[in-house]
Order: sequence, then structure tokens, then C-alpha cells
Amino acid sequence: MKIHEYQAKELMAARAIPVPLGRMATTADDAAAAVRPLIEESGNPVVVLKAQIHAGGRGKGTFEEHPGLRGVNVIVEGIEGGPEAAEAKVADLAAKMLGSTLVTVQTGAEGKVVNRVYVEQGVDIARELYLAVLLDRAVSRNIVMASTEGGMEIEKVAEETPEKILRQEIDPAIGLADFQAHELAVGLGMEGDTAKSFTRFVKALDRAATDLDTELIEINPLVVTSSGLVMALDGKMAFDDNALFRHPDVAAMRDESEEDPAELAAKEAGLNYIKLDGTIGCLVNGAGLAMATMDTIKHVGGEPANFLDVGGGADEGQVTTAFQIITKDPAVEGIFVNIFGGIMRCDVIATGIVAAVKNVGLSVPLVVRLEGTNVEKGKEIIRQSGLDVVAADSLLDGAEKIVELV
Amino acid sequence: MSILVGKDTRVLIQGLGKTGQFHTDKAIAYGTQMVGAVHPSRNGAVAHFEGETDHSGVPGRDDTYSADLPVFATVKQAVAETGANASVVYVPPPFAADAIMEAAAAGLDLVVAITEGVPVADMIKAKRYLADKPTRLIGPNCPGVITPGECKIGIMPGYIHERGRIGVISRSGTLTYEAVYQLTLNGLGQTTAVGIGGDPVNGTSFVDMLRMFEDDPETEGVIMIGEIGGTAEEEAAEFVASEMTKPVAGFIAGTTAPAGKRMGHAGAIVSGGKGTAAAKIEAMRAAGVVMAETPTDMGEAMARALD
Repeated sequence: MKIHEYQAKELMAARAIPVPLGRMATTADDAAAAVRPLIEESGNPVVVLKAQIHAGGRGKGTFEEHPGLRGVNVIVEGIEGGPEAAEAKVADLAAKMLGSTLVTVQTGAEGKVVNRVYVEQGVDIARELYLAVLLDRAVSRNIVMASTEGGMEIEKVAEETPEKILRQEIDPAIGLADFQAHELAVGLGMEGDTAKSFTRFVKALDRAATDLDTELIEINPLVVTSSGLVMALDGKMAFDDNALFRHPDVAAMRDESEEDPAELAAKEAGLNYIKLDGTIGCLVNGAGLAMATMDTIKHVGGEPANFLDVGGGADEGQVTTAFQIITKDPAVEGIFVNIFGGIMRCDVIATGIVAAVKNVGLSVPLVVRLEGTNVEKGKEIIRQSGLDVVAADSLLDGAEKIVELV
Repeated sequence: MSILVGKDTRVLIQGLGKTGQFHTDKAIAYGTQMVGAVHPSRNGAVAHFEGETDHSGVPGRDDTYSADLPVFATVKQAVAETGANASVVYVPPPFAADAIMEAAAAGLDLVVAITEGVPVADMIKAKRYLADKPTRLIGPNCPGVITPGECKIGIMPGYIHERGRIGVISRSGTLTYEAVYQLTLNGLGQTTAVGIGGDPVNGTSFVDMLRMFEDDPETEGVIMIGEIGGTAEEEAAEFVASEMTKPVAGFIAGTTAPAGKRMGHAGAIVSGGKGTAAAKIEAMRAAGVVMAETPTDMGEAMARALD
């Protein structure tokens, strides 16, 4: 699960991790009202207005409705015009940003609608760095990754100048050791109070990762202020969905407006669904087989419309929901059901399909491939239903048949 | 021979809920030596299983079974009383990692964790706990391990398997069944089929299993079924190139998976340009692995690799 920058900063601030002062707003008026207290508290007449969406690249991203307007705006009007001028500018820009669509390198061409903005104090920046805590699957441990190349895409840094990436493996029984934090500070060219500020920061970040079951915490950029303090200028957090049961406070931060409605509905029904761009809807049991089904459709010249894994123990109701979700997608021109029954019995799936088609109706071709436990019973149920279903003998055969029919 | 499990494997079940009971019943019907159960609050109880065996009607084999599994409060007690050397974990996700560590502390050789949805942080700790112990962990989030005709630990349907010449290693469940069934139909059969699981942190890697199959005299070839996410397949490819003398076939699922989206399995995600199917397929091809073009072609790819 992902959260917004302002939420990540709330969680960091609660753990004494330095972040700039800021306030979230959902209206232009609220955004403007946040300006004066920020300027007074921070003593800095500059504020920053940032769009809040679950995607990176906001600083360089632009709005579909307002070409030229960026997702992150530094408001300098307060330097000469005082808080009133800053308020006016924030109100003007926030009104344009809210409800508009921000397109960044990470949103895809369709962009994301901005429903929340974050107004933040300006910070005098001496240096920009990169810092993250994430899982390294190769060693089955979390690592801290740091780099002097702040503000850049870290994948690019890793590819072009891998020597500029520092890493420390975290022993789960010990946490990030003092010496490891110190090695990172030295590696980043820090000394004195800045180095101390950094080691405190990175150790607190490691503790936050453990306490909150994060999958990723990424601070890009991490900044050293002109007074030598280390601070998170941006903050991205993603959480392990499987651990959310022990973090109800974090789970409550979920912003469902950031998620695809069909994917959300599927999740609520206990299904794994991901919308894709093609025309052939897929209903499969098992994640690996569902992926392989998509691949095979593509292999024979079709385009899958979705990934859908009904799981190992789906009941009739779940199969019906799965059908509803697939048929609701206007791009779907045909459906391929591919089941290898293990625990999932083919007769149960067949009964589910027949009920779903009768319930939901079917206006596109349907190819069904059944294999595994109780396969003969399953095939018989479909034969006797009188439904217009094309039977397939193998995954490849089914993929070829549905591609031909579409 | 075979690997990991066989006739002499004595299995405990941890997590005797509905799923655990269902699959224990199936395991006994298959012929697995299930010797006891562990449940923290049902010490002294007896779990009864009976029914028709999978080999009912086969001359010289039992048509029916009736088994009473003693239930123990701890794994240590269960091991002391039953002489178990393996366990299967169906414990719910919040408690699964603890169950794995308990099994390792009791000195079991093998723990097979079926549970899906174990928090990553719990697995990081469990894996560290297991690091200096001889216990091998398979999974979590896996279908289990089967040596056809001898021992079935997990949720795979027994009847699609046939004892034969091929070792099967996979990160997926149903896609493993697909491969196994093709190997059964084309007569190659399996020595042992191992689902290593779809989570980002798991107990056993492709490399661990390739090494065991390489050393197993009965195994003549290996098929490995990977998917997007992580670099386990790339590491396996390196091992195949440098250490394997036996032919290896392979398949990678997720060529069409979009980046940044988790495809059902917690570990199946392309992030930061890493873990793509294309990179894995290329690494495996370069290592001499015969790749199946489609999942329907897995059994044939294995046959080609053996030629």
C-alpha cells in the first residue's frame, strides 16, 4: 500500500525524523490559510506548494488542463510582497491544481487527478542527497541505500555511476549499527554536526521501517540545510500489505481515490485483478498460471485485457464477481477462462461460470479450458448448460481459439 | 532416490484448521506418513482421518485408510513422541514465521510452509533464525513438495504426478501443475517436484534445488519455472552455466506483465527496471537452458533438453 508524501512526513515527524513544516489542503482556501502560520513558524517567507498523488516525478510533471504549470511550485512572492502576496499566489495555483490532471513520467499518459495539495515551508538547501530503506531480495534483508546524487532517478544513478551508491545490510536482530550509520555519513562526505544529524536520521529511519513494516522508504532528496541540519525534503513510503493487520493507523491512511475502482472491487471480493490495455479478458486460478495465460494470448497475436487470479478456493460468488469485473471493461471483446484444478475443483468452477453467465449475461465469445480435479464433471456441467461456450484442450489451444474469435 | 522427501519422511502438521485438515486427509490418502499434529490449545486430542486411498484398486495396495493423529502442544513434544523429521505449516499468516522457527528449534530436517501472506519482516527474521540451523525451509506461499508414489507434502493434486526422471522447481502453484502434468503425459515423469514459493523472501532458492537435483542420481534433467521479480532466476542461470551437468529446461511467466504492478504473488513485481521476464529469459538462454515458448510447451522443452 502506498501513501501520500504528507502522510509519510506525518509518520516521520512522529518519530522525531526532521521534516519541513507543512499542511495538507483539499481546497484553495485551506491552502491559502496554511501559508501565514507556516511563514511565521519557520521564519522563511518562501513556501512550496506540492500536488499529492501516488506517483513520482511531480516536480517535472505538468497539468493536462494547465500546460506549463508544474506539480511542485516554489512560491517566492512572500519575499517582497509579504504573507499576503504568498497567500494570493498559493490560492491561485492551488485552485488550478486541485481537480486537474497531473501527468508525470510515472503516471502514464492518462495522468492522475490531484485531490490534495501540500503547503510546506521553504528550506535553504546546501546539498541534496538520496536515502532509502528497502528489501534486498538477494540477501533476504533490508538495506540502507544512500547516494550523493540527490534529486536524480536512482535507477539511472545505479546504471551509470554505480560507485556513487552506498549500501549497508541491516541485521534484523541488531538493526542498523552505529558504525554502519557512521560509514554512510563518511561516504556521503559529512563531518561534525551534520554527520551526527545524519546518523540520528538514518537510524531513526531504519527503526521506522521496522516499526511500520514498510516495503520502501525513499527520501529523494534528503537535504542538508544551510545550517547543517539533515532533513527529508520529500518522502515516499510503501507498506507490506501482508503486515497491515498490525498497523490499523497506517491502513486508515489508504486513499482509495488513488486506486483503480475495478482493482479495488476485486480486492474486496478476494480476487487479484489488474487492468491491462488489451481486448481479451482472462479468468485464471493461480498467479503464475494467470501471468502465463496473458503471455500465451500475446504469443498468439492477441492482447490481454487483464490479469485475474481467482485464487485456490474461489466459490461461485467470487467467480460471478470476477465475470462482472471482466465484462464491465468496455474494451473486452472476448473472455478466456483457464483453470487447472488442484484444490479448486473443475465442477465448482463450471457451476460458477454457468451461474455467472446466466446472472451477468454474455455478449462476447467465451472460451473455457478446464484441466485437473473433476475435469469430466466440469465439462459435463458446461455441455448441459446449453451456453455458447467454446471448449479448449490446452492453454495454447484456448489462447488460439479466443484470439481467432475476437 | 529423489530429493527432500521420500518413503521415510515422517510428517507433522502445524496448523490444524480447515485447510490443514483437508490437506492432511489428502496426504494420507496419497500414502504420506503423517505422524502427528501440533496445536497450541488442543494437546492430547486425536485427529481422525479415514477414506479411500488414491491407489484404491491397485493390486497389493490398501483400498482404504484410517488414521488417528495425536495432537501435541509443541513441536518439540511431537518430535519426541513420534520421531517426525519434517513438518508442513498451514498456520495463519500472523503466526506462520513463529511456527517455522519452532519447527527448526525442534530439529526437524524439513519445514514446508504453505501459508500465503506472511509479513516480509517476519520472514526476514525467521530466515536469520534458520541460518545456523540444519533445517531446510521450503516456501512460504508455495504448493509444497512431492516425490511421486512416496510422499506428498502440500496442496498439489496427487494424481497428476507420475514417478520418473525429471526434477521440477517452481515459484508458482498451478503453473507447476501444468508442467508436472505435461511431464506425466509425455512419459518423462518426475523424481521430485518442489514449489519454492512466490514470496520475496523464501527459505529455498532455485540454486539450492538445482544443486540437490544435480547430486540426485535418479534425476536426469531439471525444469525450472520462474516468474518476474527479483534475481533468483539470473542466479540460477549462473549456477546452471558453471555447475550443472544435467540438462535444464525453463519457463518464465510475466512477459506481458506491466512494470510496477504486483502480479498476484507478493514477489512478482518488476520495479526500477529490475526483474523483467526478458532479462531472465535471456540469462537462462545464455546459460544453455532450453526455454519453453509457451506454458503448453514446457514438457516438450524438457524432452528437447534431454536429447
